[in-house]
Amino acid sequence: MSARVRRHARALDLRHGRVDMTHGSGGRATTQLVEEVFLGAFDNEWLRAMDDQARCDLPAGRLVIATDTHVVSPLFFPGGDIGALSVHGTINDVAMSGATPLYLTAGFIIEEGFALADLKRIADSMAQAAQSAQVAVVAGDTKVVERGKADGLFIATTGIGVVDPALAIHANRAQPHDCILISGSVGDHGVAIMSEREHLSFDARILSDTAALHGLVADMVRAVPDIHCLRDPTRGGLATALNEIADLSGVGMRIRERDIPVRSEVRAACEFLGLDPLYIANEGKLIAICPAKRAPALLQVMRAHPLGSQAAIIGEVVADPFRFVEMETAFGGSRMVDWLAGDPLPRIC
Amino acid sequence: MKYVDEFRDGRVAAAVARRIHEEVRTGRIYHIMEFCGGHTHAIARYGLPDLLPASIRLVHGPGCPVCVLPIGRIDMAIAAARDAGVILCTYADVMRVPASRRESLLTVKAAGADIVMVYSVQDALAVARGNPRREVVFFAIGFETTTPPTAAAILEAQRCGLENFSVVCNHVLTPSAIQSLLDSSEVRRLGRVQIDGFIGPSHVSTVIGSRPHEFFAEEYEKPVVIAGFEPLDVLQAVWMLVQQINEGRAEVENQFRRAVTRDGNAKAQALVGEVFELARTFEWRGLGDVPYSALRIQERYARFDAERRFGLEHSPVPDHKGCECGAVLRGVKQPEECRLFGSACVPDNPLGSCMVSSEGACAAHYAYGRYRRKAASGRMAAGGP
Repeated sequence: MSARVRRHARALDLRHGRVDMTHGSGGRATTQLVEEVFLGAFDNEWLRAMDDQARCDLPAGRLVIATDTHVVSPLFFPGGDIGALSVHGTINDVAMSGATPLYLTAGFIIEEGFALADLKRIADSMAQAAQSAQVAVVAGDTKVVERGKADGLFIATTGIGVVDPALAIHANRAQPHDCILISGSVGDHGVAIMSEREHLSFDARILSDTAALHGLVADMVRAVPDIHCLRDPTRGGLATALNEIADLSGVGMRIRERDIPVRSEVRAACEFLGLDPLYIANEGKLIAICPAKRAPALLQVMRAHPLGSQAAIIGEVVADPFRFVEMETAFGGSRMVDWLAGDPLPRIC
Repeated sequence: MKYVDEFRDGRVAAAVARRIHEEVRTGRIYHIMEFCGGHTHAIARYGLPDLLPASIRLVHGPGCPVCVLPIGRIDMAIAAARDAGVILCTYADVMRVPASRRESLLTVKAAGADIVMVYSVQDALAVARGNPRREVVFFAIGFETTTPPTAAAILEAQRCGLENFSVVCNHVLTPSAIQSLLDSSEVRRLGRVQIDGFIGPSHVSTVIGSRPHEFFAEEYEKPVVIAGFEPLDVLQAVWMLVQQINEGRAEVENQFRRAVTRDGNAKAQALVGEVFELARTFEWRGLGDVPYSALRIQERYARFDAERRFGLEHSPVPDHKGCECGAVLRGVKQPEECRLFGSACVPDNPLGSCMVSSEGACAAHYAYGRYRRKAASGRMAAGGP
């Protein structure tokens, strides 16, 4: 960048300035925004070339692509922000195939009047998340819409990765007698967002669990290549993700309430707000389903990873033509665990 | 979690369940109505019927405030939001209740009406403060538990000179509903609904006390056990009711002693008395017009009464054809006896109000699926899914 001819009379005011319509015009102001906010943060060879596309090399394997849009409100929340979330969310979607994520693209829809300081903070957070995940943001796009036409900032990201063709991890591969594992406590992300929105405070602050899970997944597939299913239980929570897998695989599930990890402060917040932690979004957890005899080994390798230290076996897959997910309650009864109905927490990711 | 886990302890539950099994008499069926939606929800969520003897039949009552709202009242809320151009504040569940013309507050919001979901009446006051040039209406629902906060909000609005705030009052009274049920022909003459005793209201009784329930015990000879909303509370209440029924007693007993006294919360009652008065009649879904069963805002607070302020009229609208919410609310039918249940009427797309709130009998049955295993085994026997 330093070698470039300086085209802008004055640098953007990244402390007090705001995005205006010219930043989305495609002209000099757009270039300046891209250079001073995004290029500065994501700096890499592909972006520096300033082409309309990125040309990337891929190692051997099958291409894996996933895309995700992020509309979370508020943009900054305990434990993260929309920037980190937009990196983690898409990386995790790629990783749930067992793949190694390599590249990301990002599209920004910015509302007129958005503070440049916030935009910079979010871009920096994205860059840091991408860097620590060793994934490069190789292409992007910026649009500005009039005040009132978007709520601050929306980010869409697409992730590209490569998977070993020998792996066959799909949501339709759960089989009777398989074990169901969860990588840690459920409900943290949704409750962190909700506490922020409702200004709830607890003795221990509840942080979003937003994290990139591909490192954990890499350890897991190395130890147990025959994992049948992986899924990150985001919107709709654990309950909905299990129902999706049961439906796609044509099986039923039996889970045990007492084995599902839930932080006590998350349980307390859910009590307070009338929510069920099983239906609350997570952004740094995964469900794994594998043959029963491999489950102890998988649990061990998950627990050895910092993002899986609370991992647990929570139930089994059963033959059931009705594809019911049922739970043994800690109280001693049993009940159905249905799909999420309605939307208890809009704009969660 | 302190003060919660103790009331969900599986080992204690097993011990209480054993006592109930020992207490029930062979050949006798015990019909117990849980009045509140909170009880209905706890029963379904914790799988309580799995712990109970088959001779205990739990009958769901009308104590779910969203469920008993008649269609005409939702139409009134829509009229306020769309036609009177106000900002309408209400609870999330109310927004999903089906109104006339396949509308709901949710569909009207999507079409552009200014409708805000709030967690409490205090949120609605904040909306009024933040929008001084707009009229802000709180669509208030609930039994005696949520009435004092509405009264406090009206008094606060008056004190602060908050001229743009008003309330549509749908606050209803528990004792009137119980009496209406006990007086109904289905209970008195036809014997279609058998009620041997009541699990009495939980949070409502913290406000009104246990005394108002004494009338039912004495006059109708029905035992009442006031119980909390935790699963162990409900289980213990069932045990206490079975003992009363076996011994031929009909008394008001208080299982929820940690929160309920005989006289209730005098301060809350005074607040309600200051702001509200008895409405001569009020339409309930399922129960029809019930005399002196609801509250209205007193004349001296008329400027906070959105019905007077915007000339809102309530006109009765019949329920959806085929919808059995009325029968479910009176305990005449179980949710799965409605032919719309689980087919045309599901939580994602409710036709009747009982499928909306998680306290509604239909929604609780559907979500926690107690009926489904049974239905599924039936279908299996008939030749597979």
